[in-house]
Amino acid sequence: MSKYTPHTEQDVKTMLNTVGVSSLDGLYKDVPREIFQKELKLPKGKSQYAVEKQMRVLAGKNKTYGSVLRGGGIYDHIIPAAVNALTGRAEFVTAYTPYQAEISQGVLQGIFEYQSLMCALTQMDISNASMYDGAQAAAEAIVMCCERKNKALVLGQVNPQYMAVMRTYCNSHNISIDSISAKDGLVDINTLADSIDADTACVVAQCPNYFGLIEDMKAIADIAHVKNVKFIYIFNPVAAALLPTPGECGVDVAVGEGQPLGLPMAYGGATVGILTCNKALLRRMPGRVVGQTTDHNGRRVFVLTMQAREQHIRREKALSSICSNQALNALTTTVYLSLVGKVGFVEVARQCVDKAHYLANELVKAGAKLKYKTEFFHEFVVEGDGEKWNKILAEQDILGGMPAPDGTLWCVTEKADKETLDKVVIAYKEARSI
Amino acid sequence: MKQFTKTHEWVSNQGKTVKVGLSDFAQKEMGDIVYVSLPAVGDTVTIGKSFSDVESVKAVSEVFSPVTGKVVAINEELLDKPELINETPYDAWMIEVEAAETEELMTEDQYLEFIKK
Repeated sequence: MSKYTPHTEQDVKTMLNTVGVSSLDGLYKDVPREIFQKELKLPKGKSQYAVEKQMRVLAGKNKTYGSVLRGGGIYDHIIPAAVNALTGRAEFVTAYTPYQAEISQGVLQGIFEYQSLMCALTQMDISNASMYDGAQAAAEAIVMCCERKNKALVLGQVNPQYMAVMRTYCNSHNISIDSISAKDGLVDINTLADSIDADTACVVAQCPNYFGLIEDMKAIADIAHVKNVKFIYIFNPVAAALLPTPGECGVDVAVGEGQPLGLPMAYGGATVGILTCNKALLRRMPGRVVGQTTDHNGRRVFVLTMQAREQHIRREKALSSICSNQALNALTTTVYLSLVGKVGFVEVARQCVDKAHYLANELVKAGAKLKYKTEFFHEFVVEGDGEKWNKILAEQDILGGMPAPDGTLWCVTEKADKETLDKVVIAYKEARSI
Repeated sequence: MKQFTKTHEWVSNQGKTVKVGLSDFAQKEMGDIVYVSLPAVGDTVTIGKSFSDVESVKAVSEVFSPVTGKVVAINEELLDKPELINETPYDAWMIEVEAAETEELMTEDQYLEFIKK
């Protein structure tokens, strides 16, 4: 018996005797026979080479594109080669969550640097060590804000996938979610105050919103605070380089998807969720915080500073079951931001804006209609069905806009070049003439 | 005059209201207090039900209400300076309540006898 098989045959026999059945099958006698899995029809084992070959055939069935002009929550940005060279190191890749945290100083320092960068980016007081993804961070933020009140109000065009995760999460916390539709693509600020009632704990809005439009987050925060409710800002970290930061807008919790910061699109995951908040909400924040201190020899060291104890010792009172974090992906965002630097990061954001506006303007010149007239970041909706248009582009190795209500949602990042964008305009004209 | 509960809260009669805090014995047992949560003004507290969580370097403890009634004031200073409970437990009141009902309480002498056991 190897040490990975905890029970000897004698152990098993003794246990079966104790419960009064003669064989292991006897334990499952209440399970209907028809749902029993008969022996699995698995082929015989294959050599490593044969498996690799087969996997390559399967992978070849995936359609990948040279250029991606589609966003909707996951974005195609340049990832400097050094990012993967550093984060691919075995010390990072193989590290499991540090149960004896302080012995893993490298992991803690990585998390500490991540938190510091997120606080710098958002200008919020506190960042936790990270969450699974942006949608989960948004859902946890609602739970944080629901103290004595149990309703969240979601405003305008929030990513529908975030909406689905928020609903799932809140359902089991007995928090209800109401949503208020957008007016001309934006949160209707004039009716917001009247929509907040005595049960409303928080309002949630996204900027840039799902259709790329820039919301007046400061105005929403002000109204929320006059009505004594909390405000959750769902941000895009790249856009945060240019827009007023969540901290400047005075929000209570700022959450976002960290994928644009050096992580591949990878079919939408695994990614990393950013969750930052103001000081007042520290004790209601899920996850953990790493802090910096000095040891008895005066050396700089890192420790787990803050973690809601309920998660370990009074679980029935815990607001969240998140005790760990998405360490490797958080580290990736840290390496990415450190590599591009402040100036480089602002440049990334600026190029996103410039290139997206170049494409939008060229399309308008070619006769296309933008669905919304207000200012956008790097995504915009073009009216009409884009099916023919996308088909022409697919032949040129370009993934075009995503189907959206009454149009297609386009996304242009710093990765796009003029040649590609001009092809999109030509394809648009071509599609119209078919 | 302060009166005490078996769960180590003190109650001080203020005329129409009572103030509630933690006893000196309780704060010593808990050690350095780092965080206190308090209800909101207007909330109702109930005899025997928890109205606050107090976190010390050793543990998180619930504080049970010795009275039933409406909270008319909270000691907001404690939110920023929870250590006041360690420093001056009998000045560091937590909540002030319009008490409709009060549980059976001990005098200070009875309480001092009670904690010796």
